[in-house]
Amino acid sequence: MEKQEFTITVYTENQVGLLHRITTIFTKRKINLESLTTSESEIVGIHRFTIAVTESEEQVIKVVKQIEKQVEVLKADFYKKKEVVQQELALYKIATETLTNGIEIERIVREHNARFLTIERKFVVIEKAGYKRETKALFDELEPYGIKEFVRSGRIAVARQQFGPGKDIEAVLLANSSSI
Amino acid sequence: MASIDLQPTEYKSPSHQTTISGAEAIVQALIQEGVDIAFGYPGGAIMPVYDALYDYQDRLHHVLARHEQGAVHAAQGYSRASGKVGVCLATSGPGATNLITGIADAHIDSTPLVCITGQVPSHLLGSDAFQETDVIGISIPVTKWNYQVTKAEEIPLAIAKAFYIAHTGRPGPVLIDITKDAQFQQLNFEYKRCTSIRSYREEPVIEMNQIEAAAKAINEAKRPYVLFGHGIILAEAEQEFKAFVEQSNLPAAWTILGLSAMETSHPLNVGMLGMHGNYGPNLLTNECDVLIAVGMRFDDRVTGNLDKYAKQAKVIHLEIDPAEINKNVHAHIPVLGNAKKTLPLITQRLQKKDRNEWLERFAECDQLEHDKVIQEELNPTNEILTMGEVIRILNEKTGGDAIIVTDVGQHQMVACRYAEFKQSKSNITSGGLGTMGFGLPAALGAALGAPDRTVVCVVGDGGLQMTIQELATIYQTQAKVKVLLLNNEFLGMVRQWQQLFFDKRYSSTEMINPNFQLLAKGFRMHTNQVTHRDQLDQALTEFIETDGAYFLEVMVGKENNVFPMVPSGSGVAEIRLD
Ligand SMILES: Cc1ncc(C[n+]2csc(CCOP(=O)(O)OP(=O)(O)O)c2C)c(N)n1
Repeated sequence: MEKQEFTITVYTENQVGLLHRITTIFTKRKINLESLTTSESEIVGIHRFTIAVTESEEQVIKVVKQIEKQVEVLKADFYKKKEVVQQELALYKIATETLTNGIEIERIVREHNARFLTIERKFVVIEKAGYKRETKALFDELEPYGIKEFVRSGRIAVARQQFGPGKDIEAVLLANSSSI
Repeated sequence: MASIDLQPTEYKSPSHQTTISGAEAIVQALIQEGVDIAFGYPGGAIMPVYDALYDYQDRLHHVLARHEQGAVHAAQGYSRASGKVGVCLATSGPGATNLITGIADAHIDSTPLVCITGQVPSHLLGSDAFQETDVIGISIPVTKWNYQVTKAEEIPLAIAKAFYIAHTGRPGPVLIDITKDAQFQQLNFEYKRCTSIRSYREEPVIEMNQIEAAAKAINEAKRPYVLFGHGIILAEAEQEFKAFVEQSNLPAAWTILGLSAMETSHPLNVGMLGMHGNYGPNLLTNECDVLIAVGMRFDDRVTGNLDKYAKQAKVIHLEIDPAEINKNVHAHIPVLGNAKKTLPLITQRLQKKDRNEWLERFAECDQLEHDKVIQEELNPTNEILTMGEVIRILNEKTGGDAIIVTDVGQHQMVACRYAEFKQSKSNITSGGLGTMGFGLPAALGAALGAPDRTVVCVVGDGGLQMTIQELATIYQTQAKVKVLLLNNEFLGMVRQWQQLFFDKRYSSTEMINPNFQLLAKGFRMHTNQVTHRDQLDQALTEFIETDGAYFLEVMVGKENNVFPMVPSGSGVAEIRLD
């Protein structure tokens, strides 16, 4: 089956070692994680992993079932590209002197809907949120001016449906409120 | 990330608080879980627990293995024979890493274990302290759950969760790593067994439309065929399973982990699946119209080449673990749930059918296999002893009442093919991992887990030497293990592959062995050796009838092969009879 981009979301208890447990499910199958982001979720005390992979749907289904089977995982789901609203955040550090050489950089930043996060004496940091192709496009335009440091965050995404998986989880938690 | 939310208030009742050490809490928790036997090996980081055990010897018997691998396999054998959770203890570092093979074995064969390892004191974690290993990290891929305890107050809940997780749902091994300082710390101990965890569902909810669909498909089937696995034994659904197959005369074949779930003499029990399974059960997988898999996971040793596996059949898969559905074989009708509950629901809906013609196909294949393979294996016409004839006579002596524990290799396949069983939990073997060295310690555990039963360990000369030190544990515990060494002076199974697929280039498979008779005598065993057929019957009588442990070595043909065989990469229908 053809590989495509998937976003996997995992709602979990906040537990040491769970990150390792989840990543070994991918490494065991030699699947490359493009990115993995952990954060709090909309439910108090419940954490959320957002994982980006490019894989066949068949493989993703199997992996998601293996993840969901882990004791401290409340729910795991996967989404195709069109089923999520997604973003990545990129930071670009360039020398301040490139700004003084004209208005080029400012124009680029404006055109890309990016912004200056900080302007220091020696360097400036530009911030851009968007799809990978958008942060990449800005990178390509800034590159001739010399990028001193660049970083792009993992993908974060929410489902394109009124309620995300959290709705089901709240129901589960409510039903099991007496258990640990 | 923060550590586990312990909600300690729920576990303390100020009225009857007792302050004890973490180590004592571990022992008391085990006792509260009904553990009366644990297998292990002491060392620095677990010494407080051993010290606490000293005071509880009357209630919790500790079996001192001779290697931690022996301890964990013994715990597995104990669990498989008794249906209870197996418990083992080990120290940090090398003690813990020595457990890993057994934990991996228990994981793939769904055996409930609670393994407790000592760990360096918490302030030394990450400092490469003496005997520090990241046991949590190492064991993650092979445990159902694991957890590191660094404070004594975490112990009761961690152990309660460990037992609950190990034995519910699809069972599996759990590891609790406990730092030495937590073992010394005092805590207010009160124990409550765990009965649910909010993020964990024991069993999927049964969907009645799946039940209906399964029953309808079976009722409409002309050639339905059942495959049964370990799930039946783990769910203790043997009666439900029998009622199910009998209701509609469904031929049923077993995986080596399902073996003994239904008595081998049952007319609907058509034999063994897999690479060295029976002819009909393999061949007819590709002739059935509905394939009903119950509590089995389509291991590749069972299916052979998946592209040539049961493509014509509608597949019904009864399974407790949703991750097994469509993992290897597509299930047209998945039936999620505990087989003990789903089977009767389907049985109720089944029409009675005689299916004589279809059952006759199995009988025909059986006859063919009998003529071409079984007859000569069980009653050889030349003077070289076969493994099969040893098992045939063993059956006569045990009457099918014994627990047979095997190691891994040719003798395992022969024992699984030919041993007869009347009751469940009687075939204990390392299936998914194929762990040589499993047999002897697992037999010890089985003997302690089922003390009223005869336990025979069928083992090869290769595998025996992997854990032979456990003969000492057998002696110390006075466990009545009957060790049946089928000595072919080769790593037989590998040699067979070399013969068939590597031009007979016997690279590092011949064994120049020690004198096993002297060795076994050194371990204070009753011993005997059979070199000729005329000694065999009498030797096996003595072997079974002698009260206590016994070591019987039978010199079998050096280059005998196990047939039939589905060569690796071939489809099940390409099974070779020679
Ligand atoms: C720990 C381990 N190492 C290697 C193997 C590979 N292996 C499978 S069967 C076998 C030969 C077993 O020989 P023996 O114990 O003498 O039994 P036999 O096949 O002769 O009955 C080997 C080496 C294994 N299964 N387990």
